[in-house]
Amino acid sequence: MEREKKEKAYEQYVKEKTPVHNVWTNMAKAFVTGGAICVIGQMILNYCNQQGLSKEISGAWTSVTLVFLSVLLTGFNVYYKIANWGGAGALVPITGFANSVAAPAIEYKKEGQIFGIGCKIFTIAGPVILYGIVTSWILGVVYYLLIKSGVTL
Amino acid sequence: MIKGSQSIQFEKAPYLISSGSIVGKKEGEGPLGNKFDIVGDDDLFGEQTWELAESTMQKKACLLALKKARVRPKEVRYLYGGDLLRQGVATSMGTEELHIPMFGLYGACSTSGEALALAAMAVAGGYGEFMLAVTSSHFGSAEKEFRFPLGYANQRPLSAHWTVTGSGAFLVGTRKSHVRITGVTVGKIVDYGLKDSQNMGACMAPAACDTIVQNLEDFERNEIDYDRIITGDLGYVGQSILFDLVKKRGRDIRNIHMDCGMRIFDQKTQGTHAGGSGCGCAATTLSAYILPKLDSGEWRRVLFVPTGALMSTVSFNEGESVPGIAHGIVLEHC
Repeated sequence: MEREKKEKAYEQYVKEKTPVHNVWTNMAKAFVTGGAICVIGQMILNYCNQQGLSKEISGAWTSVTLVFLSVLLTGFNVYYKIANWGGAGALVPITGFANSVAAPAIEYKKEGQIFGIGCKIFTIAGPVILYGIVTSWILGVVYYLLIKSGVTL
Repeated sequence: MIKGSQSIQFEKAPYLISSGSIVGKKEGEGPLGNKFDIVGDDDLFGEQTWELAESTMQKKACLLALKKARVRPKEVRYLYGGDLLRQGVATSMGTEELHIPMFGLYGACSTSGEALALAAMAVAGGYGEFMLAVTSSHFGSAEKEFRFPLGYANQRPLSAHWTVTGSGAFLVGTRKSHVRITGVTVGKIVDYGLKDSQNMGACMAPAACDTIVQNLEDFERNEIDYDRIITGDLGYVGQSILFDLVKKRGRDIRNIHMDCGMRIFDQKTQGTHAGGSGCGCAATTLSAYILPKLDSGEWRRVLFVPTGALMSTVSFNEGESVPGIAHGIVLEHC
């Protein structure tokens, strides 16, 4: 008990001593960065629409192009600089996900195709994929039960 | 001679004969840039992987220290070396070609102190004329080992450290020089229960305080008996905590404290947040910045206290706290 109390007190003291990023500046930077990525996405989407592609196909092209750009920038060691400045603004869009797969692929390539890239490419994205699928499965069951019980959506 | 509860004062104090330092590009661009023996053009040092690059640095640092003293590897009795990687591979691979009987050490970022203490004890005990102490760290291999792949985009917290890419080697022995290791204080593991591995300064500060105060008590000295008390890599956060903790023990080291992690990078222009860290941080700063000052007599006596955060990625994931350790080395001009 005594020890736990001491540890809590030290933790609290350290918290007061440790500087943190300013939340408001960080939010503003994230807004600008995330917004810029979305604007680029919208431009790609508009261009595809102008070319007469269907809404769905245009959307697919937009995702693929953004993912490609993110992977390219990761390879050139630029994407992490964008995220260092823009924080969540660079992490949340699809480009952040692409980066989290590309970065391990580059880093672990030296450990071989199987045990390097194969085993470790999803070290960061893995949890997102796993829990994303689990969540959508749970929601699917809820949806199924609602339909069965006569709820119309 | 045994001093107090944790220290040794050497009757025949071993000499720190020579040293070698080698660092990466970013360290070369820092405030101490022109003081290092070798600054790499990139961080690979002609190798394909971070791990090999780190071991190459260790080998080069050893050869530099030996060359300066005109000592051949086979004249060295034992080598004490360590790094941050799993199973200490950078040391094993780096010192392999030197063919010196060796001890591989792990003390996280405090390893340079551990290596120097053991090397000095071996010399003082009369077990050899020359001993080599070497440590290294590498930003690329450490990030991969403890955090994320280098290209992964994330925002570093302001309390995070920047692992120094560098290696420092020290030749300790009986041959006269201008710096002697007159005493050591071996540190205990001190754990205040903090679990944040992104705030290593706060995890290590209690250990640094414990070793510093113990050193003063064991040697019956005051703070003013030292020209400088130099910690390894507490950084900005750790330093302010250290001052508070030392004050609570009735001492004041604010005017004579220096931290290698704060000295090796420019926090404002290099984006290194809390400061440098890693086995290479304290070792290269000692070799390039502290030893020349002791050599010239500008500083007469300093207490060198490299600090280590002893977590592993597994212990961290399992929710364990980050224990700290610090070893004190008393260096004197002669």
